[in-house]
Amino acid sequence: MSGKMKIATIVAGVAVVVVLTLVFPPFRTYQLATVGAYLCVTAGLTVLTGLNGQLSLGHGALMATGAYTLALSVNAGWPLTAAFAAALVVTTVIGGVVGLAAARLRGPYLAGLTLAVAVVVPAITSTFDGTFNSDQGLSVALEPPPGTVTVEQWQAWLAWGAALIVLVLLQLLIGGRFGRELKAVRDDETAARLAGVGVARTQVLAFVVSAACAGIGGALFAVLAQSVSPGAFPLSLSLFLVMAIVIGGLGSLAGAAWGAVLLVALPALAHTVTEGIDAQRLEGNLPLALFGVTLIVVMLAAPGGIAALRPFKRSPFKRSPFTKAGLRPLRKRSKA
Amino acid sequence: MPHQPPSDGLILHDISVRFGGLTALEGVSLRVPPGRTVGVIGPNGAGKTTLFNVVCGFVAPTSGQLTLDGRPLRPRPHQLKKRGIARTLQGVGLFPSLTVLENVLVGESDRDRAEATLERCGAASYRDEKPAALPYAIRKRVALARALVTDPRLLLLDEPAGGLGVQEIEELGELITGLSCSVLLVEHHMDLVMTVCDEILVLDFGKPVAHGTPDEIRTDEAVADAYLGAAA
Ligand SMILES: Nc1ncnc2c1ncn2[C@@H]1O[C@H](COP(=O)(O)OP(=O)(O)OP(=O)(O)O)[C@@H](O)[C@H]1O
Ligand SMILES: [Mg+2]
Repeated sequence: MSGKMKIATIVAGVAVVVVLTLVFPPFRTYQLATVGAYLCVTAGLTVLTGLNGQLSLGHGALMATGAYTLALSVNAGWPLTAAFAAALVVTTVIGGVVGLAAARLRGPYLAGLTLAVAVVVPAITSTFDGTFNSDQGLSVALEPPPGTVTVEQWQAWLAWGAALIVLVLLQLLIGGRFGRELKAVRDDETAARLAGVGVARTQVLAFVVSAACAGIGGALFAVLAQSVSPGAFPLSLSLFLVMAIVIGGLGSLAGAAWGAVLLVALPALAHTVTEGIDAQRLEGNLPLALFGVTLIVVMLAAPGGIAALRPFKRSPFKRSPFTKAGLRPLRKRSKA
Repeated sequence: MPHQPPSDGLILHDISVRFGGLTALEGVSLRVPPGRTVGVIGPNGAGKTTLFNVVCGFVAPTSGQLTLDGRPLRPRPHQLKKRGIARTLQGVGLFPSLTVLENVLVGESDRDRAEATLERCGAASYRDEKPAALPYAIRKRVALARALVTDPRLLLLDEPAGGLGVQEIEELGELITGLSCSVLLVEHHMDLVMTVCDEILVLDFGKPVAHGTPDEIRTDEAVADAYLGAAA
């Protein structure tokens, strides 16, 4: 698919979601809004982890940073757009700082650093009680939506409007030179350097971009829940985010979209199951178990993730060694 | 006639490199004049790749100086392109997740130039393939294209003939001879070295043991010793 086609697909997808918000009941619309918020985060994370090969276990904390920044700004009387801008700026700066350190680290050390971020940020909220109100967190007072629009619709449009901007910008970014450099650095740092790519610069940029996306996603969560608290951004959230992009298909925005859907669908499924069998005690752990099982099943059945599956495209002949040669020219022509 | 600034190519002056207790290079001096091809040969572990790493800035010399066209060279790998230096890696060193064309585009984002360079290296018909799908010889050509696309003044080739067949090495030789830039060539394949190089430096355990034209090197006793010593 060409870059233009991908952007058209993104726009069409978001348009479909907006139509759904007009017909869905409020609860489903709210779930759609949550998918949109998650999508901002997973899209940024898959650029960092999938395309650039930097594992982050701290993106839940970056979401928390965005959420708290939005809450504090809104409560200080700032308009919503300014509060989003503040969330974007703060998480971008933090992403830059973490990214600078991350660019010097590899593999398990990098994971350790980002894990530390995931642990430290909630600790900050409980240390500075006066500002962050500790475990209770902050409520976010939002103005009522205009006209006959329901709160859920308004939230969904906000979330998907943001997701649209994030996805289009990311697609433009990764569809060109920067995308090649991200992959080149991930594949072979030495060769990338020799080809003139600034490896550290690329890695820091990837971190900044994905932190900004996580900040926007976190800010959206504050708007959706109309509150923020440390409990909304536990360490497990960061793990879920990573699992979601792997299951969805690492390194592709379509995979990030699948991941965002799973982040909403699997906990909802867990909730339904525990309610059905009347086992409330299970509820806390069941989503994690479901994610784990899904991860294993998907990795066995489709190592490239859900987005890499092509159930409708695969010709039954394509896998046969006898017809492969015959199919090749067809494929080439379609690409030219 | 446009004024040509005086340029005297790459000069290595008395370069030594130590890794802890191991002396990888000792007192190596070498000049690569503009447009010439200089070979560096020697047994495994002689320090040939280390010499390239010094020129590229991956390894800081323990002592010695580098100059490029009269100016001191303090190389940083990702800035080599700006100074007109390109290098291929021992082995292949392509980016496996990028197509052939994308691999070349990492070095130079001008699409026309990338495609022209692939054409010149005989890999244009594979532009949309991933490296893993290609025969080794084609991968080597793509790696060469990725280095050449930056239009370097100095090209460092680390064992470009490794793993190639006789016919392919012959074609490679023609390609190298046809280049207008200076070339520093590390190679084990003697026929290739002897045909394309204007002069040759022989290293053994990091020390220069001989330096001269191909004919001089062919008959040099120290060279025979170094190679026989390594073989024994
Ligand atoms: N970064 C490094 N740290 C420590 N030792 C190194 C390093 N790079 C190279 N060496 C050592 O320096 C010596 C020279 O290595 P080098 O790779 O330059 O040899 P070479 O001539 O390229 O050999 P080959 O023909 O096998 O490629 C070897 O003993 C090698 O183990
Ligand atoms: Mg070597």
